[in-house]
Amino acid sequence: MRQGFRQSMAWLHTWSGLVVGWVLFAVFVTGTATYYRTEITQWMRPELQAGATFDAGRAADLGADFLKARAPDAVGWFIGLPQPDKPLIEVHWWKDLAGPFHHALLDPATGAPTAARATQGGDFLYRFHFELNMPPLWGRWIVGICALILLVSLVSGIITHRRIFADVFTFRRTKSAQRGWLDAHNVTGVLALPFHLMIAYTGLVTFALMYVPWGVTAAYKGDEIRFFVEAQLMPEVRAPAGKPGGLVSLSPLVAQAQGRVSETLEHVAVYNPGDAAATIVTIFEEPHGLAHLHPQIAFDGASGAELGATGIAKAATHISASFVGLHEAHFAGPWLKALFFLCGLMGAATIGTGLVLWTVARLPKPAERPGFGYRLVRALNLGTVAGLPVGLAVYFLANRLLPVGLEGRAETEIRLFFGAWACVALAGLLRPHRAAWREAFGLASLLFLAVPLVSAATTGQHPFDGAARFLGFDAAMLAIGLLLAAASYRAGAPRPRRAGAAEPRPAPRPAAHRAQAAVPQARSAEGAEIRRRA
Amino acid sequence: MGQPQQGRGIAYRMGVAGRVLLAALGGYGLAALLTALLSVTLPLPRSEAVAAATLPSFAVMVAAAIFVFASRSLARAALGLGALCLLLGGGLWLVQGQA
Repeated sequence: MRQGFRQSMAWLHTWSGLVVGWVLFAVFVTGTATYYRTEITQWMRPELQAGATFDAGRAADLGADFLKARAPDAVGWFIGLPQPDKPLIEVHWWKDLAGPFHHALLDPATGAPTAARATQGGDFLYRFHFELNMPPLWGRWIVGICALILLVSLVSGIITHRRIFADVFTFRRTKSAQRGWLDAHNVTGVLALPFHLMIAYTGLVTFALMYVPWGVTAAYKGDEIRFFVEAQLMPEVRAPAGKPGGLVSLSPLVAQAQGRVSETLEHVAVYNPGDAAATIVTIFEEPHGLAHLHPQIAFDGASGAELGATGIAKAATHISASFVGLHEAHFAGPWLKALFFLCGLMGAATIGTGLVLWTVARLPKPAERPGFGYRLVRALNLGTVAGLPVGLAVYFLANRLLPVGLEGRAETEIRLFFGAWACVALAGLLRPHRAAWREAFGLASLLFLAVPLVSAATTGQHPFDGAARFLGFDAAMLAIGLLLAAASYRAGAPRPRRAGAAEPRPAPRPAAHRAQAAVPQARSAEGAEIRRRA
Repeated sequence: MGQPQQGRGIAYRMGVAGRVLLAALGGYGLAALLTALLSVTLPLPRSEAVAAATLPSFAVMVAAAIFVFASRSLARAALGLGALCLLLGGGLWLVQGQA
């Protein structure tokens, strides 16, 4: 298709990056926010005070009491125990493995539904990150395919850049618009390259058995549960007996399990709770280290006798679990987590600058009317890169401004998030392109800066009241708001000029031809980029 | 596409579409066959073989996609990937037939 290996890789990098760029930008932004999912959820439920410790056994009993009354005929109960950073009992139940999965949040003191405002909090951003708010299977496949294409784009990008190290120190912001965007793309891309490769690959491994079930098909005839049991990822499961049976109290089993495992007990699951062969499974936090492996102990629901426990995972399973652990970064302390957060932002910046670079490199000549494809890319760029921040700020503001007792409150927050995002994308079509960028970033900036103020006004809690509960969150909002203000200012500033050039929009073409004439074989990414254009 | 593209007729576009299709289906097929074959042949406990075989499958897909787009012609890429898949498929058929 193209002469030479590096040129074909430059082509592949450009186009593979473009087609998945918009989805991946949203995935990176929400995924990066997910590093602080707990903190976001805490902020979004200001009625709850974090820090207290809870009796896990009593909480498990309260959860089971609620579920016995609410869903005695369910085939599964899942009780999330309250923790210092999440002072709620979270229960899930389902009558069919295919769903729907029901859900309630209970007050750990009384076991009654919580009085805290209804919100999905940081969990919405977390789920959007890999399901895009679509039916789970659809979302996971779409994000998975995009992640794989991201890997292809990363590898072809690396091949394109022979001078990968030198590029880190090359940022010719003022030389020409295209050079500036290219260098910004390279700096953010290359500086955090190990992170980008790691996060794309480990993300795929998180759902590896869904994307590539063929190992289980070949070796286990498709029996995934058998694989999980043999890999020590879950204890042996039992089929229901088909006869009704009673369920023992959970608290003695919780105490017994806690005596065996030193990690924090996080969940108690009950399978076939109304059946004579009900199984209770206690699930612990992963032990300190990289691997995402949760120790589990299973008990008989009728007698409370122990049925089995997970053992120690062997090498390959442990490595797979470590991939997942790397992606989730639960092992990371505050500084490492902050570094991951910064790397995630750089990932989003790499994608954003790459998307803009595509349009800048194809800037039509002043007299030329841009084609449909060009205008589509430009509109999607603005809608995604500037629209998503507006949506996020509106999501946080809605959390503070919607009445606490509003019917369908949590869903309304999410509808406002998508509504605001769509409004920015559509309004962008009505404005001149540069003005649209400036105004959309400006709006996002104002909205983010408003978040701490609105929060202080509506909850009566502000950073200077001595409690400093949400100091970190407020500071983050201010920082993001200022960053967006700078972006708005830059988008409105005249284009950087080449030294000595008088025209306000230097077309990169003449330079391109010169470079091409001087060096027949493109020497660098930028050469290849320009050749592709020529 | 973004701009009027001279000299890029229908043949060029079909070529690109062909490579996209080959990279997607061929890459996935290759990874699936390799994972299945390794899962039943690696000298490890069954669960370990599956875990070890599944982990590199995404790298295989990426390598296949890079190969398809780096090849001089679509036919060459299809031949290369097809031969590999045939080999792995044959191996899997033999191993599964024995079991």
